[in-house]
Amino acid sequence: MTGRTGRRGKVAAVAAAVAVAAGLAGCGGSSAGSDSSSTIDLVAFSVVKSAYDSLGEGFAATLAGHGVTLKGSYGASGAQSRAVVAGQKADVVALSLTPDVDDIVEAGKIDPSWNSGPDRGIVSSSVVVLAVRKGNPKHLQGWADLVEPGIGIVTPDPGTSGGAKWNVLAAYAQALGPARDEAAAQAYLQSFVRNVVSWNDSARAATDAFLKGTGDVLISYENEAIAARAAGVELDYVVPSSTFLVQNPAAVLTDAGPAARDFLAYVRSDAGQKVFGSKGFRPIDGSPGTVTGVEGANDPAKPFPAVATLSTVDDLGGWPVVDDEFFDKENGLVAKLRNEG
Amino acid sequence: MRQVLRTIAVAYVLGLVALPVLTVLRSTFADGVGPVLDVLTSPDFVGALRLSLTVAGLAVVVDTVFGVGMAVVLVRHRFPGRRLLDAVIDLPVSISPIVVGISLILVYGTDGWFGPGLEAAGLQVIFATPGMVIATVVVSLPLVVREVMPTLEEAGTEQDQAAQSLGAGPVARFRRITLPTIKWALAYGVVLSLARSLGEFGAVRVVSGSVAGESQTLTLFVNDNYQEFGPDAERAAFSAAFVLMTIAVLFIALIALLRPKETT
Amino acid sequence: MAGLGLGVGVLWLSLVVLLPMAAVVVSGFEDGAGTFRANVTTAEALSTIRLTVGASLLVTVVNAVAGTLIAWVLVRDRFPGQRLIEVIIDVPFALPTIVAGLVLISLYGPDGPFGVNLVGTRTGVVLAMLFVTLPFVVRSVQPVLMAMERDVEEAAASLGASGVTTFRRIVLPTIAPAVLAGAALAFARALGEFGSIILISANLIGKTEVASAYMLKLVESDDPVAAAGVATLLLVVAVVVLVLLDVLQRVAARRGSTTPRPAGGAQ
Repeated sequence: MTGRTGRRGKVAAVAAAVAVAAGLAGCGGSSAGSDSSSTIDLVAFSVVKSAYDSLGEGFAATLAGHGVTLKGSYGASGAQSRAVVAGQKADVVALSLTPDVDDIVEAGKIDPSWNSGPDRGIVSSSVVVLAVRKGNPKHLQGWADLVEPGIGIVTPDPGTSGGAKWNVLAAYAQALGPARDEAAAQAYLQSFVRNVVSWNDSARAATDAFLKGTGDVLISYENEAIAARAAGVELDYVVPSSTFLVQNPAAVLTDAGPAARDFLAYVRSDAGQKVFGSKGFRPIDGSPGTVTGVEGANDPAKPFPAVATLSTVDDLGGWPVVDDEFFDKENGLVAKLRNEG
Repeated sequence: MRQVLRTIAVAYVLGLVALPVLTVLRSTFADGVGPVLDVLTSPDFVGALRLSLTVAGLAVVVDTVFGVGMAVVLVRHRFPGRRLLDAVIDLPVSISPIVVGISLILVYGTDGWFGPGLEAAGLQVIFATPGMVIATVVVSLPLVVREVMPTLEEAGTEQDQAAQSLGAGPVARFRRITLPTIKWALAYGVVLSLARSLGEFGAVRVVSGSVAGESQTLTLFVNDNYQEFGPDAERAAFSAAFVLMTIAVLFIALIALLRPKETT
Repeated sequence: MAGLGLGVGVLWLSLVVLLPMAAVVVSGFEDGAGTFRANVTTAEALSTIRLTVGASLLVTVVNAVAGTLIAWVLVRDRFPGQRLIEVIIDVPFALPTIVAGLVLISLYGPDGPFGVNLVGTRTGVVLAMLFVTLPFVVRSVQPVLMAMERDVEEAAASLGASGVTTFRRIVLPTIAPAVLAGAALAFARALGEFGSIILISANLIGKTEVASAYMLKLVESDDPVAAAGVATLLLVVAVVVLVLLDVLQRVAARRGSTTPRPAGGAQ
């Protein structure tokens, strides 16, 4: 060592380097900052970043959206809903299922008339599919194959994730069948739960775990499987003949600015729905529609196969009933089945 | 025998630490430097960097003021509960950062002990910057104190007492006697504290909403981008990780230079 | 002046550490002792606690041995590249945990260069803990070894004692307190570790879900009472182990020749 002066010199040099780097970052960033009046804070569920990034860009290209930046937070739907209730700043919420928005209404932050329109507040739809490894090595063609011994199911946890709830309802409803056999449905769900190897905290976390080698089948949204494939991920997916209609709501918070309302209007518009279509979301009623050219779909020319039996939440009694019966933390069906297994 | 020990030790360190770090470098620059620079100049990244520097900077200032003050009080004074205070200061190091975040939510969240009061005053702590700063302060709390205390102890109080008897006030004594004595230990502690604060993830993850460009620190940026599909997001995660790694290595160099009396 | 400084310091400490920690313990019992017990004995809770405590203990022991060995080599040996090894050892200290997680998954994940995939395995979890706790014992033992006077060792050697015996009877008692102090820091760190484990573990329930991840999930599932309960239980475990190590340290210090102060700077 060259003594105190030499050491001080070295320290000063390193400190200066760090300061310069920080300064550069500061300078580079000053032009990127925007004032809050032209920012929309979006709080959304975990799988829709790609879609809403595009929607934000599309909106910014319109007259109403000129100069507006969309800033998004993406995470498990239930967790996001609770964060907004607890005070996380938001102008627009786009969540996986209606109850997660209703919780925010109950907290007084969204107007109760948010879903009084013809679409009942829904902005995007999909169906529940079975995602498998490339080439489907275990030949999983439908729900019955999933409960075979030794099959590892990857699905998120209903405590935090919205996608998790859709998956459970899909598994239950298809076993219910036209005869509405509740005993059979419950038995199926029991076997299903027993085969679950990981209850990840969000739909995206479940996808990630599956892609990293966990389990044999991932239960997820059709749009998630399509988005993954469009990004180059090696994945195949099966649209079962009996599955569930997923409908995602969006709403504006009461103290949000006009830009937020304009954005939601854009999302509902034909232009916005077209963006959703290109990202693998079905038309709002779940039908195949006329969308074509969807990258990542099994058949990009006809991306949304018609589903023979498409169950909905209304078939099971509507969300308030379903949320309680299935997902109550103590007495819900899922909690009971998980504790037994 | 010496050779065997040496080989085992070196192999363990290289295999456990160096190898993974080199692998990340490989992944980050797989497509060259250009794409990485694109990430580093993107608004989300710059926003995350600024937020990290702001939060860490504030936390370090608070930790330093607290650290020096506490060190002086603990070393130079005797009072009931001194040992307990000493132990409590060390507490954050033994707690999981997740628990730190949870503990803050339980007190400052909307359903927390101070929740109603904060809401009435219009103050948002959790899911806002104050919460992130407090969380970062807590996890790096002991670092400055622990570095400054031994030096203060060693230095003793003679100079200070002599100055006092000559009529120097406490501020002047602090500025001209105490501060120069602890200068290098303090610098070491500040660097440790800054490194820890910039790198905080778990506690901030619990208390932040992670809005890209707004409440997303650099560590949250890495995590959130890792969760997205596609090569762009992956590159974003690795590029940010690379920046953090470079900053960490710079800190290690600083720490090595400043480490009191222990360089070989 | 000192009184004012002390008052402000204690107030700050209370606001950010004492009160929140008290809130954790109290909230765990908010719905009664019965609910507390139910929360910490669910299958998932028990499995995470078992995994976390077990892995932390294992990692502490391994890195105590490895750390002592590495400290010995660094102090008593001279070889080219030694400075580099010193720097590398500090990397886990300074690296943000999520970056450590990314680092580990790029080597041990499905896209790793050696075709090894430890994602979703307990081995992956243990490796992550080993990574972040490496420096503690090394940095704790090094100063003690450096300060040691070699004359007793040399005397023993000249009297015919083998290297192993010399180590066991002379060096070990001296460095034992430092090893234990470093081990305590390592254990506490491993117990609470989150960022470096979360990626490689894939959070598989019953297999690789660690306590910190479980507590996060509980908080996000709107069950802060359960999260606080598990946190309290972990705190008890940590206190028990740390007190044990502290007792062992005092015993060793009384037996050994010096009671060194371990190097600071733990995360």
